[in-house]
Amino acid sequence: MNERRSLFILCCLGFGFAFLYIPILSMVVFSFNASKLVTVWDSAHSPTLKWYAALLDNDEILDAAWISLKVAVINATGASILGMLAGFSLSRFSKFRGRFALNAMTTAPLVMPEVITGLSLLLTFVAMEQLIGWPAGRGLTTITIAHITFSMAFVTVVIQSRLATFDSALEEAAMDLGAHPMKVFFVITLPIIFPAILSGWLLAFTMSWDDLVISSFASGPGSSTLPMVVFSKVRLGVSPEINVLATITIAVVTLMMISVALWMARAARLDKARQ
Amino acid sequence: MSIPATVPLKPAPWKDPSARPYVQLERLTKKFGDFTAVDDISLKIYQGEIFCLLGASGCGKTTLLRMLGGFETPTSGKILIDGEDMAGVPPYQRPVNMMFQSYAIFPHMNVEQNVAFGLKQDGVSKAQIKERVATMLDLVKMGDFARRKPHQLSGGQRQRVALARSLVKRPKLLLLDEPLGALDKKLREHTQFELISLQEKLGVTFVVVTHDQEEAMTLASRIGVMNHGEIVQTGTPSEIYEFPSTKFVADFIGSVNMFEGKLVEDEPNYVRIQSDELGSTIFVNHGISSPPQAVVWAAIRPEKIFMSIARPEGTDNIVQGAVQDIAYLGDLSIFLVKLPTGKVVRVTRPNTSRHSEEITWDQQVYLNWDSTSPVVVTR
Repeated sequence: MNERRSLFILCCLGFGFAFLYIPILSMVVFSFNASKLVTVWDSAHSPTLKWYAALLDNDEILDAAWISLKVAVINATGASILGMLAGFSLSRFSKFRGRFALNAMTTAPLVMPEVITGLSLLLTFVAMEQLIGWPAGRGLTTITIAHITFSMAFVTVVIQSRLATFDSALEEAAMDLGAHPMKVFFVITLPIIFPAILSGWLLAFTMSWDDLVISSFASGPGSSTLPMVVFSKVRLGVSPEINVLATITIAVVTLMMISVALWMARAARLDKARQ
Repeated sequence: MSIPATVPLKPAPWKDPSARPYVQLERLTKKFGDFTAVDDISLKIYQGEIFCLLGASGCGKTTLLRMLGGFETPTSGKILIDGEDMAGVPPYQRPVNMMFQSYAIFPHMNVEQNVAFGLKQDGVSKAQIKERVATMLDLVKMGDFARRKPHQLSGGQRQRVALARSLVKRPKLLLLDEPLGALDKKLREHTQFELISLQEKLGVTFVVVTHDQEEAMTLASRIGVMNHGEIVQTGTPSEIYEFPSTKFVADFIGSVNMFEGKLVEDEPNYVRIQSDELGSTIFVNHGISSPPQAVVWAAIRPEKIFMSIARPEGTDNIVQGAVQDIAYLGDLSIFLVKLPTGKVVRVTRPNTSRHSEEITWDQQVYLNWDSTSPVVVTR
């Protein structure tokens, strides 16, 4: 009985892992495929790194990656600052004029279909250009603004929920010990909620890096983000370079996860050693 | 409830009309919407005192403390600290430090950094900070834990760190919000006495908020008993215990037998109260100021009632009843004695000898008390 059950559990585990990782694994494997046809394994010449070399020569993809990176970093930073301000005002001030409206507006992008958000942003940009001449055309600026608009909502929610469990006595104690409210914010509040801000930042970064729909509405000529380029290429048939790009992305993410885990383990060990 | 703490040995500045109070509250009121948390309180606290605000939760004691710290603005009234009006003075400019109920230890700093925080804000030199922090940590016996993070500390250790942090700036007035509430009973008792000796060593004035009457009795030079935002009585622990001024105070501090009755003899040097609840009269050997025939209550502490199998001598203050229940607590036993009127009287007896007069369940016993023991309250 026991053995049969453990076998069943093992099967579940195997199936779960297969479901999650076989698509990724197949992509990684095919990135070393020599054949130009993605679905045909050329066993004579594989594995090969030739598509990796080709990717380095592909300016279109590299440019798009560079644009995506810039947009993602500016977006994550801007969204974190705005989201923090919104999160603070929503969780610290119980009553003020327009609180309900602010709450509704910051959370709206969470439930709004991306197509609608993208379209409304496009209309706004065009109207603004006609009225005040800024932003001139669609490009990096409009993509970044559009991304901040929708990813700020997520940062707000993260920070608001962190502040909900924040013991306000900590701030009072710092004030009681002689710190000015401004200093209290930077020395006490900010460091304590920093993990929440960091996860908000990473969330905003990932969402921007990943976004296709809203970027498509807000972009103009010469400002295609990586997902846009990948998507347009896939429509003409998946090229092996896309597999390479995906493999590199996976490698970077995995490396980051492993180093964070190692760093946390090390911090815990040091803490213990200090006792 | 044990015997009240000893009367403080220090002279009592509150009895000296020329003494200058260190903290003075004048008709202080705080309202939250329609709710009055603190209702028209006037109070004087003197240098070197441990003043305990004692009351049930929601009685306004913490609000009062927070107003002293500057975290709440009074709706009306004045707070003077060292003669200076505190209106509009923010917490970070008050000559006051506070120890919070949650201890509020900064989780991202180690013990040393926590204690040093207040000194850093004042721009004290690094060498001095180091020295003062080390001295203070030694004083609260946390010298070996200077590098620990707060999450590595036990409740008692956190309490010490919070205390060190609030004392390191050498405030003249320390506000303590339920300072021992988070500790277990054994540790609490031990820490109470440490707190007193520390206070005496440093000469700081303490204002302590607590709901624990035993804690208040042990710590306080004076206690202010609060109810519904008002201070109902102020006095030394023994004054509060022995001479409660109202039914509420008598009932709130320790346990008490309360007998409702009518004044039947009202002389300047004695009174006699007819109590239907007791089924007898109560003779009190001092006069009280109350209109004749008024309804009064006589409060008698359980330890002040004597119990015997044989009828004691004399005629006053003797009733008979049957033992209904006995609780053995080690140092003393509690007896619940049911009177013929149905009223149950609580009597405590110290277990001084191993074989004292055996009193068991359902036994008929006599209860009597000294004519000085009852406290007569009129409201």
